[in-house]
Amino acid sequence: MSITVRNVTKRFGTFVALDDVSVDVATGSLTALLGPSGSGKSTLLRIIAGLETPDAGEIILAGEDATSLTPQNRGVGFVFQHYAAFKHMTVRENIGFALKVRKRPRAEISARVDELIELVQLKGFGHRFPAQLSGGQRQRMALARALAAEPKVLLLDEPFGALDARVRAELRAWLRRLHEETHTTTVFVTHDQEEAMEVADSVVVMNDGHVEQVAPPRVLYDEPKNQFVMSFVGQANRFGESWVRPHDLVVTLEPNGSTREVLIDRLVHVGPEVRAELVRDDGERLDLQLSRDEADRLELAAGQIVYVKPTRERVFD
Amino acid sequence: MRKTIALSYLSVVLLGPLAMLFWRIWAEGLGKAWTAITEPDTLHAFRLTIEITAIAVPLNTIFGIVVGLAIVRRRFPGKGLVNAFVDLPLALSPVVVGLSLFLLYGRTGWIHLGHVQILFALPAMVLATVFVSVPYVAREVIPTLREVGDEQEQAAHTLGASGWQTFWRITLPSIRWAIIYGVVVTTARCLGEYGAVAVVSGSISGRTETATLRVQNYYENLDQSGAYGVSLVLGLIAIVVLVVMTLLKPKEGTA
Repeated sequence: MSITVRNVTKRFGTFVALDDVSVDVATGSLTALLGPSGSGKSTLLRIIAGLETPDAGEIILAGEDATSLTPQNRGVGFVFQHYAAFKHMTVRENIGFALKVRKRPRAEISARVDELIELVQLKGFGHRFPAQLSGGQRQRMALARALAAEPKVLLLDEPFGALDARVRAELRAWLRRLHEETHTTTVFVTHDQEEAMEVADSVVVMNDGHVEQVAPPRVLYDEPKNQFVMSFVGQANRFGESWVRPHDLVVTLEPNGSTREVLIDRLVHVGPEVRAELVRDDGERLDLQLSRDEADRLELAAGQIVYVKPTRERVFD
Repeated sequence: MRKTIALSYLSVVLLGPLAMLFWRIWAEGLGKAWTAITEPDTLHAFRLTIEITAIAVPLNTIFGIVVGLAIVRRRFPGKGLVNAFVDLPLALSPVVVGLSLFLLYGRTGWIHLGHVQILFALPAMVLATVFVSVPYVAREVIPTLREVGDEQEQAAHTLGASGWQTFWRITLPSIRWAIIYGVVVTTARCLGEYGAVAVVSGSISGRTETATLRVQNYYENLDQSGAYGVSLVLGLIAIVVLVVMTLLKPKEGTA
């Protein structure tokens, strides 16, 4: 099911959360809404779900105007950051809730719950209560619950935000696989650019109630439309009038025409790469990223003076 | 040290008088108390108290849940005022409540319902009791609703539940302990109500006399063992209520 957001504006008091936002999400895609906090990404997701009402604009689901539909009638699955588990129900009751309120036969509900428990790898946990589960298990339960009524759209609001790094990585990979199997149109909100780049096939970058750019991760990184996207998606250095990524700087030990003299202020080894903080003669700081082999070949060390030149840079107006 | 102060305070203020009451009943002989308790007018007084309570508690339970949901989940003009008014009976002396009802439904008052007798009859006594016991369910439900939040309700909506289904399957179960606790407190308050009911009832033995009024009447007629006997029953009810509340309290946190 495709999603079209057309000229949506939403205010909370005097705060403008969304300012004339339009976005298209293609059927079967896996889209990330990426932005810093307060950028309006969660509000947009909640408006798509019908949990908030826009002050202006329309939400079109599968070609039909859904703006005035209640969440109950939108047929979307929604996953909350803090799970929103029904605390007084067991895992099975939680997962079967959507079917129960639809008054489906008991046998059908039971079969579907079995299937979903298998899918989210919670076998043996069916009769536990949410309080007896770990954060990762609770979120998987919430996912299964959202999928039970076979929604045409799955919406996730910072679904992995409250989990620790390892569980987050597992669930990301799992969401990706799930999407490959079901091809349910999926939109998730995140403030973590790495998460967006890793999971999504299309990223909507938001800032200050506006959409800055919509593109596949690769395009977003290589061809950012503006300064905000350049610096929010991946790291970026200001280099005079232009912007350059930390790994798009070449380091030499001798000056060479267009190179800039810099002092290595700090040098850290992170796995296969080396990161350095550089200070230019005018006091401007730069981040540098290079391979371990390259750093070893140049015998780089903190306190050393070296020369850098961008291999690829971008200028925005 | 703090524990000692708290215990001594409670002993002097609460336990002392109650112990005294029990001791006097014992000294006068349980037989006399039993005679007073089983007198037809006393039994009628207890029945009346229970009737009034049985009407007031459900009314205030429903009201408490509705007003709690309105205050916590909705925005409407005058919300602050409603929230403050819920507490009014806590601030107002029951005697004043009784007097206002007396004036409102009395001969020169604004409200008359044909030949239906309101004052000096069950309706006024129920109204008085409902008035004084309004806040208790609402005051339990409001903080619990705030604490639970509305995410579970939102989740239920996105899963296809109607407003009504969400209320029965999600909201109500998540505040059930607060409601039960509120009901227990309201019941205790209704059983013990004296001041407001005293003003509007006329306190006619065998007709409009509740258990607490019965105690007062016995006492005024210098029938001390009668007063003690009825007090004993009210005291025992209080202890039962206390035990029930203590059993319920820890469950609040886990609900």
